[in-house]
Amino acid sequence: MNINFLESAKLAIRTLRANRMRAFLTMVGISIGVGAVIALLAIGTGVQNFITQQFSSAGTDLVAVTPGKAQRGGPPGFGPQAVLTMADYRAIAASAPNVVADAAEFSAVGNFAYEGNTTQVTVNGAMPGFTQIRNWGADQGRFIDDSDIGGRSRVVVLGRTAANDLFPNEDPLEKIVKINNIPFRVIGIMQTKGASFLGDQDATSFVPLTTVQERLFQKQALAKSGERIVSAIYIQVSNEQARIETQQTIKELLRERHRLQEGDSDDFTLTSQTELINTFGAVTGVLTIFLGAIAGISLLVGGIGIMNIMLVSVTERTREIGLRKAIGAKSSAILNQFLTEAIVLSLLGGVIGILIGVGISLGIQLFVDFKPVVQPGAILLAVGFSIAVGLFFGIYPARRASKLNPIDALRYE
Amino acid sequence: MSTNGTGAPVISIRDIAKTYKMGDMEVHALRGANLDIYRGDLMAIMGPSGSGKSTLMNILGCLDQPTAGTYKLDGLDVEKLKDDQLAEARNKKIGFVFQSFNLLRRTSAIDNVEQPMIYAGVGSRQRRERAKAALESVGLGDRLDHHPSELSGGQQQRVAIARALVNQPAIILADEPTGNLDSKSGAEIMCLFQTLSQKQGITIIFVTHDPRIAQHTRRIIRISDGRIIHDTPVEHMENACGKESLEAE
Repeated sequence: MNINFLESAKLAIRTLRANRMRAFLTMVGISIGVGAVIALLAIGTGVQNFITQQFSSAGTDLVAVTPGKAQRGGPPGFGPQAVLTMADYRAIAASAPNVVADAAEFSAVGNFAYEGNTTQVTVNGAMPGFTQIRNWGADQGRFIDDSDIGGRSRVVVLGRTAANDLFPNEDPLEKIVKINNIPFRVIGIMQTKGASFLGDQDATSFVPLTTVQERLFQKQALAKSGERIVSAIYIQVSNEQARIETQQTIKELLRERHRLQEGDSDDFTLTSQTELINTFGAVTGVLTIFLGAIAGISLLVGGIGIMNIMLVSVTERTREIGLRKAIGAKSSAILNQFLTEAIVLSLLGGVIGILIGVGISLGIQLFVDFKPVVQPGAILLAVGFSIAVGLFFGIYPARRASKLNPIDALRYE
Repeated sequence: MSTNGTGAPVISIRDIAKTYKMGDMEVHALRGANLDIYRGDLMAIMGPSGSGKSTLMNILGCLDQPTAGTYKLDGLDVEKLKDDQLAEARNKKIGFVFQSFNLLRRTSAIDNVEQPMIYAGVGSRQRRERAKAALESVGLGDRLDHHPSELSGGQQQRVAIARALVNQPAIILADEPTGNLDSKSGAEIMCLFQTLSQKQGITIIFVTHDPRIAQHTRRIIRISDGRIIHDTPVEHMENACGKESLEAE
């Protein structure tokens, strides 16, 4: 006497078709919910991929050493300020294993002027190794070379934004700009990197490290010991396995050089691209789940819409339920019928929602830099969730229908 | 007793009582009714409203259980059945015909007739065939795909009768089947019932307060105050076929 699911589904579709407008409007609620879940998850995944890409383009297997310990609460720089010096850099470069390329950097903000135009951008005291380590070099002209370092040359390589600001109408190459009133010759323009979540990466400039430390910012770059200060040391290693070994060596070397006792915390921070990617991946992962959950709320609202319509439907069809019971439908068959209707509604809504979600994900590519990714898992999740919504919100009206007394139901006007 | 009954009764009720509780009041709808109905009976249960007529019909139709007494239907001890077994009994043993037809709207005649077979687990091909045959037997072979709104009242009641017949039940219970029909259609429907009774030997029980229906049966049972007070054969059953109305000629 059990009627199978296919039979129930056919019956449900026939009933829903009898009331197309209502069925459609009920489905829209679920469709919007599912569409939103899929689109937001796709956007979240896209952002995550985009960020990973950004970090990777800066060079993987890169270890950055910066002064001070990673701050967790409390103002930065509280207490005696530790610094990294050229001596630290030379020691690391000389003794760390697996090093493919190395460079030190000292950065400060400089005032640029060319004829009437002025701008304020970061001056990076850089070394030739920079281009390999950061996977970024000059587009026009050339980058800093060893003879610039040796000669403490007054030359500058401009980022695209800085170049455009200072030279709106002319070719900057070989022109003389003033940085903090000291004349510098423009020898190159960097490749355009574009804006990212890190800000405009092209609003920058590069000057030989020695020039910056000894001519441009000599006071800021002078440590008490008389050594020149660096703001970061970059070490590129051969592979991921080597990175861990190299990081350990650098850590021990710097602790010894800085005379840290056992129990003292590091006065420097080692950061690798991989770790950064993982950290940001975790953050964006949480964000993605958060977005999905918010979209899930609209799915819930859609589910309540289904429950509402099913309750109305049960009341409207009281006589039909009475008749069905009179001609032999068991309570379970009635329960089945109404539950199937709710599930068919939510499932159809879910399928439409998937199309909407995928459509939004494809459409949004036209307006943003990153590429939303619809994962099969997200689609499965959405379908599963919409069936669950149909079940959850359908069960109450369906139970109500199945418990109707046939005598009263037949008499219902 | 029965004018046409043969063999063991298809329905046998003994000392059936039904008591409802309405707040603190106890309402005795049935106070011990005894009745045998034989295969092929064409009969009417009559009585004013409040007499217990509807209660008796609900019990006979397995829609309700008696408070006391026994009810044997085609070999089943109905008073012992659980809800799902009652549903199965209604499905297999009883065909209902209602005053207001109770067809599914927006559903074709043939689909309406198929409904009881869905609950009986009949395969879809066989359902089609049997529903078609049932509609042909009530004279609607050319209206299979019409929806109730496209049919006259008389035609709708014929669809309902086809639906009642389609699972080959032991009895047909017809509750005021002509109540919503004009007199000509009413006569036609009564003619159909009489034909089904004569040609196919189907057991048909009318529940009605209309003496004109009763005149077209072979046996009349009168119920009053929860008891069966008369059980009389009809001496000269009127023939409804060919009449313009159910009025006596």
